[in-house]
Amino acid sequence: MEKGILEHGLNVNRRRFLYSMGMGLGGVALGSLITPDLFNNPEKQEALLSNLPHFAPKAKRIIYLFQNGAPSQLDLFDYKPLLETMHGQDLPESIRNGQRLTGMTAEQKKFPLAGSYFKFNQYGESRAWISELLPHTAKVVDDLCFIKTMHTEAINHDPALTFFQTGAQVGNRPSMGSWLSYGLGSENANLPAFCVLLSKGKGNGQGVYSKLWSNGFLDSIHQGVQFSSGENPVLYLNNPNGIDKVDRRKMLDNVAALNNETYGEFGDPEINAKIQQYELAYRMQTAVPDITDMSKEPEDTIKLYGSDCLTPGTYAANCLLARKLSENGVRFVQLYHQGWDAHDSLPNQIKGQCMDVDQSSAALITDLKQRGLLDETLVIWGGEFGRTNYCQGVLTKESYGRDHHPRSFTIWMAGGGVKPGVYGETDEFGYNITKDPVHVNDFHATVLNLMGLNHEQLNFKHLGRRYRLTDVAGKVLDGLIA
Amino acid sequence: MPIFRLQKPFSKRRSGMNKKKLFVGLAIMLFVMTAVYFFDSGSRAGGSTALPESVSYNFHIRPILSDKCFNCHGPDGSHRQAGLRLDLADSAYAPLKETKGAFALVPGKPELSELFRRISSKDTSYVMPTPESHLGTLTDYQIALFKKWIKQGAKYETHWAFTAPKKKSIPLVDDKSWPKNEIDYFVLNKMEEMGLRHNEQADKERLLKRVSMDITGLPPTIAMMDSFMADPSDRALERMVDQLLKMPQYGEKMAVHWMDVARYADSYGYQDDNVRTQWPWRDWVIHAFNNNMPYNKFLTWQIAGDMLPNASKEQVLATAFLRNHKYTEEGGVIPEEYRVQYAIDKTKTFSKGILGVTMECAQCHDHKYDPFSQKDYYSLLAFFNNTKELGYEGSVEVSKPAKNPILTITHSERRKLLTFINEQDTAAMTVSVMGELDTLRKTFLLNRGEYNQPGEAVKPTAIKAVMKFDPAKYTPDRVGLAKWTVDKSNPLTARVFVNLMWQEFFGRGLVKTSGDFGMQGELPSHPELLDWLAVDFMEHGWDMKRLVKKIALSATYQQSAKITKEHLKRDPENVYLSRRSRIRLKAEFVRDLYLSSSGMLVKKIGGPSVKPYQPKGLWEAATSGRGALATYKQDHGDDLYRRGLYTFIKLTVPPPGMAMFDASNRDQCETSRLKTNTPLQALIMMNDPGVMECSRVLAQNLLTERSTVPEKIAKAFKRIICRKITAKESQILESYYREQFELFQQNKLNAKLTLKQGEFPLNNKVDLKQSAALMKVISTIYNMEEAIMKS
Repeated sequence: MEKGILEHGLNVNRRRFLYSMGMGLGGVALGSLITPDLFNNPEKQEALLSNLPHFAPKAKRIIYLFQNGAPSQLDLFDYKPLLETMHGQDLPESIRNGQRLTGMTAEQKKFPLAGSYFKFNQYGESRAWISELLPHTAKVVDDLCFIKTMHTEAINHDPALTFFQTGAQVGNRPSMGSWLSYGLGSENANLPAFCVLLSKGKGNGQGVYSKLWSNGFLDSIHQGVQFSSGENPVLYLNNPNGIDKVDRRKMLDNVAALNNETYGEFGDPEINAKIQQYELAYRMQTAVPDITDMSKEPEDTIKLYGSDCLTPGTYAANCLLARKLSENGVRFVQLYHQGWDAHDSLPNQIKGQCMDVDQSSAALITDLKQRGLLDETLVIWGGEFGRTNYCQGVLTKESYGRDHHPRSFTIWMAGGGVKPGVYGETDEFGYNITKDPVHVNDFHATVLNLMGLNHEQLNFKHLGRRYRLTDVAGKVLDGLIA
Repeated sequence: MPIFRLQKPFSKRRSGMNKKKLFVGLAIMLFVMTAVYFFDSGSRAGGSTALPESVSYNFHIRPILSDKCFNCHGPDGSHRQAGLRLDLADSAYAPLKETKGAFALVPGKPELSELFRRISSKDTSYVMPTPESHLGTLTDYQIALFKKWIKQGAKYETHWAFTAPKKKSIPLVDDKSWPKNEIDYFVLNKMEEMGLRHNEQADKERLLKRVSMDITGLPPTIAMMDSFMADPSDRALERMVDQLLKMPQYGEKMAVHWMDVARYADSYGYQDDNVRTQWPWRDWVIHAFNNNMPYNKFLTWQIAGDMLPNASKEQVLATAFLRNHKYTEEGGVIPEEYRVQYAIDKTKTFSKGILGVTMECAQCHDHKYDPFSQKDYYSLLAFFNNTKELGYEGSVEVSKPAKNPILTITHSERRKLLTFINEQDTAAMTVSVMGELDTLRKTFLLNRGEYNQPGEAVKPTAIKAVMKFDPAKYTPDRVGLAKWTVDKSNPLTARVFVNLMWQEFFGRGLVKTSGDFGMQGELPSHPELLDWLAVDFMEHGWDMKRLVKKIALSATYQQSAKITKEHLKRDPENVYLSRRSRIRLKAEFVRDLYLSSSGMLVKKIGGPSVKPYQPKGLWEAATSGRGALATYKQDHGDDLYRRGLYTFIKLTVPPPGMAMFDASNRDQCETSRLKTNTPLQALIMMNDPGVMECSRVLAQNLLTERSTVPEKIAKAFKRIICRKITAKESQILESYYREQFELFQQNKLNAKLTLKQGEFPLNNKVDLKQSAALMKVISTIYNMEEAIMKS
């Protein structure tokens, strides 16, 4: 594994070098994605390697449990008794203070506050508030860092999600996982550095889109590889009908022999690279099914994640798969769980969503901890924005809807050098931030910092501009770091 | 941020470099020394690190200034430090505002020039760029360049790309026997200057595959190969090029690139991503290329077809170019936010795709590198801001295949006028096109680029730094903009297009950053050639086919692709064209190759996009569940075998095979694609049912012919690789065939199961065991590196 990191680091640096020289990837760099043959002088290699990571990383890998559709912070983490007392009364204009509204509630004449239907309790050393919907999460509270003051600029799903994943609301930018793949590479030569797992809840869903795990202008080796629950865990991975591993090996030997002929004629290093890419593909054909096979998991693991984890494509199965991928050196595992967009009957919808995610999210923390991996794995849980404290649609004690709220919402992080506890404060309406705001750019800067990367230095020159995940802003928030 | 201030308290800064920095610094120096040796595109002779005779602002100094200095001392007023601009001579020569008696540049006197003192300083509190900027200090070579430039008078020049191209005389060369046309004189002249030698001419087989793929996107047929090989005349290639240019597949090939520029897709994008019908525009593009519509007219119609006098439906249809961008159908959006977003997208497509400049920076602030102010940006946007387009027409529940303004085309119009639209359906169809408001919508500069932060009002004007938008010559609307764009004095339009065509044929533009001819873009490797081609193109009526022919008939293009150690050492990226680069086929043409060589390709031109085989569950996993595209409904029959450019593009889940081969995701205007080499590509070529099906069908077809097994293998090889098989290759594949056939004979492998690939009916009349064995041989040929390469 060490060698893998070393080699990748080298390749990454080589690529950066080639780019900085305005040379791009074209022919030469790609040929060396696997073999470090371009610079065979060891002294030079050492000099190259000294550049990345920029400083000692606290985390080596990330698992991002994205809650797509925006869970309600007011029903899960941000406990506001005032909303219960003022249930049904209008949100004071002084609190809303000019916040733009989505087209769904902009026409509403009134903005009646909606207290949460659910009971809250305080847990752990930090005395963090957690609602009754998340009993398992409450058990791992001492490992969690709750950021209560996330805020974003977008108020609609597509731009907000794109912003969280790429650092910009529009544009063809690389995803967070692609940046990390680019910056740090993979620890495992047989698996992609950036893997994506999708699942669906029963609540009102918003689609996801492959742009979210796109490599943007980075080399496509940094694209997120989507795992699916179907017969092919990775696209085109399985051999076709009638062809087994032995056949494949024979065929690859023949292809290599033929390609060597071409190499003899043209002397193009790309041809050798091609031979090696076929070999890597062949190794992936074994490595990926090994990882996605849950049949060898011990019973207590199954119990920990819940029996859903044996059903491929569920959130629970994806959490367990995420642990396995991460454990095997995948740099960035991105989950998306759809169904949090409760514009109406929120109490009902959110119950189902929490049933899907509570146990397995907490199980992932416990599992990583038991394996001694939590210290070096950063786990992130959260959506693209929060939900309003006022009701959208019909308000009763038992039922209400909540619209999109970008000004303050809660996410949590765990492991990987994060300081457990509660970060930031919101006002008593749960509408505005009163202390320690965390902008999406700050979040990105801090996450990169935990990975040993300086967000201003991890950049890529494309069409005349140096791009970075944090665009033109972002500051590392020391208060989040242990 | 530290700025051009002389006295800086030392105590506040780290003095000296720490170990790590020193290390990095050394590494960078090492790189640069190697790099300079390899790929400097300036005028230095190859291999030497000697300074140029005469240091040019444009070619030597400005790239360094732009990269290292303009961030704080460039065109962007809001970020400027110490009131110093280094992009303008007057400002750079003027006394420094914050340091009495000092000057950034004193022509002729480097030692008195504050700029030189700073860049060459070892003092971290004084050196420029500052350590905090993370831009890195200048190399010794760069410092020496500045010194010489200042000594020679520190003369500024206008940015090369913003002055109109001029045809310089054809340069002299030593080896007069090599050039075939003007292109070659320019290329050879540079090679001779660099001490490089050109490659010999490629063998005829390789040359034919190359030119056929480059012009039509399809491999040559056996008949074409035979007739070309049998034609010994010097004009054989010319005749072949003429033949290829007449084929309707030429228009399809050319359309692929233009569809990237125009971010063409078959869905609206954003969350719910419903279906739309812009494909009649795509059919028009193919038609226009095939009819060799002059490029100036091609652009004029697409920018302003709807506003031309007595605009025809065809002219209006062309403007769909500007409407191909995404549309949100997400519930609860603020319409104005998106209406503005759409105008921004149009502006980007126009500026990047047609003018080759990136202007997005100026959306929020004055451009940091190029002389484009924020006001310039919104003045350009104003041209596109006056349409009847709405920001939002409702959610996916009320989605229609086109959005206002809409062009309706009836069945009879398709039959009589717009015959190039390939649709058998008799219903009227709709396309999103351009259409002006009756009254003028005011356009405002948007502070920080926010739709709800209007600043001063602006009027439609094109970028003055490129070329003055003379109100006496051009009306302040899209017609005026189109005229300005295709005016022969416009320094960019022709250069940018000629460069894109060069990129299509050589894999890399003469300006490598084909979407950025601005200050941060790369300098042209052969500036005189680029200008000559651009002027020649305009002088000959913006004739695209003529340009293609000129490129294809040059000796430069016809060189062999063999790479020597010398090449790798001296010019690994082949900037100086002393060989032909080996180029992997674009995603669409990878598909075309296996369909065409197997005989499966359905050569129907145009029509609605099709849904061939795709791994199950992809659309379903990512969808919100709403809209017509929530599930993938695969097509059958002929629609499974159409060319790659007709594959349905759902923006949120683009066709996966295409994406893996670096196709544009069509999210925004793109002018070039990456060319990667990844394991996922290997998996596709090995396991995609499309490739397997083609292998099977070709195998079975060959088995119906009266020929020996080696002959069948040789024929399959010829169809796919487009050349005669060598003895060694034949031996490898024949023994593979014998071994496989044996295994099928012994029922160690299951022939029937192996042949179950794709929906095309199995031919039970030929021996299935032979079919399966030959199919595996053919699949092996498809996986050869050479199959999807132009070499």
